[in-house]
Amino acid sequence: MSLLTIEGVWKNYHGHSVLRGIDLSVEAHEVVCLIGASGSGKSTLLRCVNLLETVDDGVIRLDGVDVTDVGTDADEVRKSVGIVFQAFNLFPHMTVLDNITLAPRRVHGMSRARAEEEARELLDRFGLADKAGAYPDRLSGGQQQRVAVIRALATRPRLMLLDEVTSALDPALVAEVLEIIRELKEGGMTMILTTHEMGFCREIADTVCFLDDGVLLERGTPEQIFTEPREPRTREFLRTVLDARRL
Amino acid sequence: MSEQRTWVKSERQIRRERIRRIRAVRSGTVATVSTVAFLGVLVAVVTGSPGWPRVRETFFDAEAFTRAWPDVLAGFWTNVQIFLIAEPIILVLGLLVALARNLRAPAFFPLRALAVAYTDVFRGVPTILVILLVGFGIPALGLQGAPTDEITLGVVALTLSYGAYVAEVFRAGIDSVHPSQRAAARSLGLSQGQTMRHVVLPQAWRRVVPPLLNDFVSLQKDTALVSTIGVVEALRQAQIYAASTFNYTPTLVAALLFIALTIPMARLTDHLAARSQRRRGA
Ligand SMILES: Nc1ncnc2c1ncn2[C@@H]1O[C@H](COP(=O)(O)OP(=O)(O)O)[C@@H](O)[C@H]1O
Ligand SMILES: [Mg+2]
Repeated sequence: MSLLTIEGVWKNYHGHSVLRGIDLSVEAHEVVCLIGASGSGKSTLLRCVNLLETVDDGVIRLDGVDVTDVGTDADEVRKSVGIVFQAFNLFPHMTVLDNITLAPRRVHGMSRARAEEEARELLDRFGLADKAGAYPDRLSGGQQQRVAVIRALATRPRLMLLDEVTSALDPALVAEVLEIIRELKEGGMTMILTTHEMGFCREIADTVCFLDDGVLLERGTPEQIFTEPREPRTREFLRTVLDARRL
Repeated sequence: MSEQRTWVKSERQIRRERIRRIRAVRSGTVATVSTVAFLGVLVAVVTGSPGWPRVRETFFDAEAFTRAWPDVLAGFWTNVQIFLIAEPIILVLGLLVALARNLRAPAFFPLRALAVAYTDVFRGVPTILVILLVGFGIPALGLQGAPTDEITLGVVALTLSYGAYVAEVFRAGIDSVHPSQRAAARSLGLSQGQTMRHVVLPQAWRRVVPPLLNDFVSLQKDTALVSTIGVVEALRQAQIYAASTFNYTPTLVAALLFIALTIPMARLTDHLAARSQRRRGA
């Protein structure tokens, strides 16, 4: 059984359909990369999976459980799904350590000592051991985003959603964040990510999905999508992106 | 290996610093001279006015000042007490009302409606009317256990009136925290309440401190309004003196006492506002 299945999901904003009947399934340990033009609905789809948005139609199942059921406790679902945003969204009034331990302590009932110990292990693993006591505004963008990933990891999610986690970063800082994502993949984490880094997408994804104006137009292996896309729209999108890269 | 260097101030830097010093002295001098000149003109205009001798007698009488001072000061202590009791209650009430307005669950609808009605009503009614209504209305009801003591009634009235303002300040602070902060907290599995407590309120709090202090400066002054329901505080004491001697110097005493209390508060407000400005700029 798939870890995540999305069936016929629709989402409207002010009468305009942003997601139009999305079907997608994600296996455990699979890395799915969503690509598509800005405004095609990638972020919205991730936010629906994490129940930050309620779908207007369709079903999302996590481990076979319908999380879009009206009776579902959204907080329960979010405990097993981590999300990292483009803009980091660290809590500015808390130190790095407190940012990371907040959810383990308050949501998962972990003791402070235990939560801090685990947080320090994660910080150490990702080269941020010396930043535990720092406030977010003292960190570089790359460091902030790595803390955001660690914060999501600290709740031990079964599924990680990464929404353009490198888009707000200077080119020089992108690599350190991508490195973390590689490590997560090696650790077997199931992930759905959206990115403009086509090279990285090609490298890390097991499956690439192309979203076009709220429709999941094409899905395939990175090899297939990037070398022989079936849909003309996909081809056009890739050409635009790669041209822009060349400039 | 990086080369070891020590800083020797360059000629250019020394020249720069000297010019800066000269400029600082010059602007200090200009400010002093213009202030003294301005005050001189002001004093000349006031003391040169035809009614000045009479005004000096009735408002600036040294003897009346020393005579009234102890009683007005004692009265002023009542103002301070009212302020000190009312302030924390207002903070709690304002916060609760602001939180009630943020409750989304349908079961809380009555609470939310009540909070809206409360702020609408008490922000609209002049404070002095609230004091009169509470001060004379509640005792008139003759309810068992209802307060009849004027100071308590004054505190209740001020709390009701200022609670509404403070609730709005808190609400603005809560709304000013970016929605992405809530999204981040909720996505980590924090409940609505936990998100409010650990993520939204701590950030809102820093932003509301300057406007809150501003409201409290205003509250300090408005404690004088409780004189209308018979509390013998600084203003009332001054009026008692004035009525028996036809000399208004005691009013000046009361004014000076209020100023002595509000100026430190105003400077603190400025200081905190400047600090949060710097933080945001950083
Ligand atoms: N909260 C919202 N309210 C109204 N429209 C929204 C909202 N969020 C997203 N949209 C719209 O939905 C569309 C898809 O947005 P998004 O999912 O962010 O696209 P992408 O992440 O692929 O760039 C866009 O047209 C966007 O303007
Ligand atoms: Mg997006």
